[in-house]
Amino acid sequence: MAKNEIKYLTAIKQEKPKKKFCRFKKYGIKYVDYKDIEFLKKFLNEQGKMLPRRLSGNSLKYQRKVADAVKKARQMALLPYVTDLMK
Amino acid sequence: MNNYELMVIFTPVLSEEEFKNAQKKYNDLIAEAGGEVVSSNPWGLKSLAYPIQKKTTGIYWVVEFTAKSEFNEKLKIQLLRDEQVMRHMVTKLDKYAVEYNHIKRNGGFANVEKAGA
Repeated sequence: MAKNEIKYLTAIKQEKPKKKFCRFKKYGIKYVDYKDIEFLKKFLNEQGKMLPRRLSGNSLKYQRKVADAVKKARQMALLPYVTDLMK
Repeated sequence: MNNYELMVIFTPVLSEEEFKNAQKKYNDLIAEAGGEVVSSNPWGLKSLAYPIQKKTTGIYWVVEFTAKSEFNEKLKIQLLRDEQVMRHMVTKLDKYAVEYNHIKRNGGFANVEKAGA
């Protein structure tokens, strides 16, 4: 065993994960446009499902608005209902 | 008077002229009911995310207008009756949406562009 090997009694403090934020609040976006597909895609996973707030960091108010916009976009065939490998 | 936005998907078999006529028809309908067309934006032929009526493409048209709320029922009847229309949707716009559309039309979107990044 090497002499200068360090052993820890307690786990090393890991770097804190970056704090999530609501991008709507931060940038002052008031309206979620259902026509802007590229923007809405940021809130979807590869299967075209909505990401939870836990991952997207949206506040509840804007998560609802995003959900409405995604549903509208799906109705108008701008986004698929079900898919694989969207990104 | 309220602000609305209508999005229509026409069948892809329409010619350029038929598409123009269809737009004119609904523009006239809005004007007739005492409404006003704020902006009209034909997107043209676009592929659909999933097939509608066994078609994989459609001609999109977006129009923003102001009208009384009673008008939407009449508009809906016309749209459903029209065989060229595959699908339509009327969205009510709140004041933020009107502002958003206004800024988007005039090309300035520096702050939202940043937010998107």
